[in-house]
Amino acid sequence: MTDPFVHPYIPNTAPETRAAMLAAVGAASVDEFYADVPADLRLDRPLDLPEPLVAEQDLARHVEDLLAKNISTRQRLSFLGAGTYHHYVPAVVDEVIGRSEFLTAYAGEPYEDHGRFQALFQYQSLMAELLEMDVVNVPTYDGYQATATALSMAGRMSGRRRILVASDVLPAKLSKVHDFVRVHLDLEFVPTIDGVADVAGLASRLGDDVAAVWVETPSCTGALEARLGEIAVAAHAAGALLVVGTDPIGYGVLTPPAVHGADIVCGDIQSLGLHQWYGGAHGGFIAVHDDPRFIMEMPSRLFGLAATDVPGEYGFGDVAYDRTSFALREEGKEWVGTAAALWGIAAGVYLALMGPQGMRELGELLLARTRYAQQRLAAIPGVELGDGATHLREFTVDLTGTGLGSADVVEALRAHGIEPGVPVDEHRLLVCVTEMTNQADIDRLAAELDALVQAQGHPASAPIHALQEQNA
Amino acid sequence: MSLPIAPKPGIRRFHQARWDEPLVFELSTPGERGVAVPPVERDVRTEVGDVVGALPDGLRRATPPALPELGQMRVLKHYLRLSQETLGADLNVDVGQGTCTMKYAPKVNERLVSTPDLTAMHPLQDADDAQGVLEIVWRTERMLAEISGMDEVSLHTQGGSAAIWANIAMIRAYHEANGEGDVRREVITTIFSHPSNAAAAKAAGYDVITLHPDADGYPDLAALRLALSPRTAAIMVTNPEDTGIYNPAIREWVDAAHAVGALASYDQANANGILGITRARDAGFDVCHFNLHKTFGTPHGCGGPGAGANAVSAALAPFLPGPRVVRDRDRFVVEEAGPASIGSVAPFHGVIPNIVRAYAWLMALGAPGLRAVAETAVLNNNYLMKKVLEIPGASAPYAVGRRRIEQVRYSWQELHEETGITSEEIGVRASDFGMHYWTSHHPYVVPQPFTLEPTESYSMAELDEYAAVLAEVAREAREEPETVRTAPHRQTVHHTHHDDLDDPDRWAITWRAYRRKYFGGTAA
Repeated sequence: MTDPFVHPYIPNTAPETRAAMLAAVGAASVDEFYADVPADLRLDRPLDLPEPLVAEQDLARHVEDLLAKNISTRQRLSFLGAGTYHHYVPAVVDEVIGRSEFLTAYAGEPYEDHGRFQALFQYQSLMAELLEMDVVNVPTYDGYQATATALSMAGRMSGRRRILVASDVLPAKLSKVHDFVRVHLDLEFVPTIDGVADVAGLASRLGDDVAAVWVETPSCTGALEARLGEIAVAAHAAGALLVVGTDPIGYGVLTPPAVHGADIVCGDIQSLGLHQWYGGAHGGFIAVHDDPRFIMEMPSRLFGLAATDVPGEYGFGDVAYDRTSFALREEGKEWVGTAAALWGIAAGVYLALMGPQGMRELGELLLARTRYAQQRLAAIPGVELGDGATHLREFTVDLTGTGLGSADVVEALRAHGIEPGVPVDEHRLLVCVTEMTNQADIDRLAAELDALVQAQGHPASAPIHALQEQNA
Repeated sequence: MSLPIAPKPGIRRFHQARWDEPLVFELSTPGERGVAVPPVERDVRTEVGDVVGALPDGLRRATPPALPELGQMRVLKHYLRLSQETLGADLNVDVGQGTCTMKYAPKVNERLVSTPDLTAMHPLQDADDAQGVLEIVWRTERMLAEISGMDEVSLHTQGGSAAIWANIAMIRAYHEANGEGDVRREVITTIFSHPSNAAAAKAAGYDVITLHPDADGYPDLAALRLALSPRTAAIMVTNPEDTGIYNPAIREWVDAAHAVGALASYDQANANGILGITRARDAGFDVCHFNLHKTFGTPHGCGGPGAGANAVSAALAPFLPGPRVVRDRDRFVVEEAGPASIGSVAPFHGVIPNIVRAYAWLMALGAPGLRAVAETAVLNNNYLMKKVLEIPGASAPYAVGRRRIEQVRYSWQELHEETGITSEEIGVRASDFGMHYWTSHHPYVVPQPFTLEPTESYSMAELDEYAAVLAEVAREAREEPETVRTAPHRQTVHHTHHDDLDDPDRWAITWRAYRRKYFGGTAA
């Protein structure tokens, strides 16, 4: 560069400073610092990138214009879930995690970052109350990773390879878990019956080579597993662990899996105070009992209470740091690194705001609206519920009897400003309701779907794709 | 006292906020509410009845969770006090967290990502409704392809170590696709590469070989040649390494790996010193990753969310995670992962807010800006090195008399031998001056280590201030070592006793466990 390029983010691009610093270190130019980079590896041209927008207003306008092309769930009536959920984010949550101190801190010591340690210890503790387990990690990346790690822990602890998958799992989550564990573990699927685990089928497959039974509740279709206690007894009788993947949002009213004998409980915290953010705001939790056999297999950081020189003062620090890859490289448990701490702080603030009453009321509201939406949709001729299980927040409807395919319904209702759900297969649609979809919203979905079915006019006898094929 | 006010002393008289705040559980008052929840509509209740009462016994919670009950403002105040007891990069001269690139995360980017046009987007909405965010993902991928020289980029991973995992998962899939999965069972890394390279390779089922540097601190090409064999799946290396030393034989390293049929994976988590100077693909690497929260200016968030970018050659592109954002003339669409893909590594498209922040950061800088970032980061580092080496007792082992790239792993060994004060103790005392500093990854190959990386974000005056604090603490170590040993003195809390944290009978990982262990399950 010949012209001085002074950038607001880079104070020492000021020409006088740059010259003074070069002089101070006795260098004629910055090229001297790159003496070890061979000439034939040096890029001999400027990077081919768009012209910079150095003035903040130019940058803001450019990015705002791009984002304004989005049409968000504020402008669409959304019944989308399948891993990312539209829950309310209290203003205080955004305020706290937007604070410069939390937003830009990283890896300070328990002194200068005391607040970070306390906020995350509190997150662990609040989750522990919700789940009735004594140990919760500093968040890992997301629920996918939490589950992959939880199953890997079971494999390492037992020295066994088989994992019995007892529930319907989101395909993307299964993809991640499979690729993560496949060197060490074999996943075996025990098909569900009416949306939930086939307890007898599970029992017949258990043996002394099973590391864990993996249950998801709610499952990827929102079905709640009511027979967890029986599954735990069977798993434990075979020397296997019970690993339960879940979403913490319902535990104001639902029995936590640990009460039924779950050994490791894991899942995602996006529901607890995080925006949808196009699926970009996930964090994973892993909860275990206060048992060193489990704790020493956890890769994540765990913050613990510690005494200081001053009575009544809370100090914090890393629990059992020597199990981590920070301490032991490849001899540590998996690895630990930058993951989702800020989202953990957010989830902690959320639970502190909600309290036991808020979580109870929210759990009841979700159950009620789920049931209401099920009833409204199932009342439409040709629409049936996918299964008879109890559901939280999500459920499937089978559209076979309407003659409409799930993709047809999505396309038709999108034209009316509605995202009716996620196609699970050709005829089933996964519908999600939260506290953000009220009775009027659900009624509108039911009315629009009903109108679509009525317009179709030929229930069951002539599915729309069959007609299209005839016409083709 | 009267005006004029005396000049400020040479060293800042800092004191961190000390609120002595109880734990949130201790602030509970029964009946208080932080937020309200919408009621169940009357018609809905009529239709569905008592849904909680109707739950099967196995599902209905018997006792409510023991969460605290606080009014909204008390929750806010509690957490704001905790925030003040946290020393973010926005507040300190955050050059002490070497390898982590604690640069400025521009405030305008926070404003940009908090629009409902982004926060209220669901990832399974019609792609026609998501053209803005998809375009940003696509453009960011293309810019990182240019910066790395690679052909294709994925932004799925949620952090640097997750990106390292994706690197090794793709390498594994590549060798399996070529029928060599069973033969190539070893991964070679170096001791000054990030430990997650070794750890992720092990997690993927590989045996890990770790090479130490030559006597001058340079990666040892002869040692690499001895370690390479037809069993090698990949080399996984950082360059410049944690020492800030650039491997001048990096091309020979890559060629040697290729000669035995292995792949070469480049940990560019921290590429800050070489942006626009030299590129991974030009050195022959097959795969590399960047950390958007290091080099590309997204905030570190107390330890995440970060974001990783995996960049690969055309040969590795089929193995990238999915789903992919694809441009179809003037539209952007989402395509599911192909048959060779390692599949999903994270929900949907990755850490979208950080991808948008990184996009905005790149657009604010462009090619001249990235070059200025690299050159200034390197200038700052060599300037700070000169200042630090002027402090008696501090040294920079290896490559004596040579320049470093973006960071330096220093040693207080001489000071330690003279005073008995350790590097950890110096770091704790430095916090009394509002400065953070970090020692090193383990193991401590450099004795009494500390690792400084000034990035491009701090002014010369700030670098002078940081060096002056280190000089002051070094002076104290000689003249008043008790002050250092008993530190901190001006911090949030006092000297903390960590022995209980390693004893399963005594550790307390949650409030619940603490009450049970020490108070028999009743409230403390």
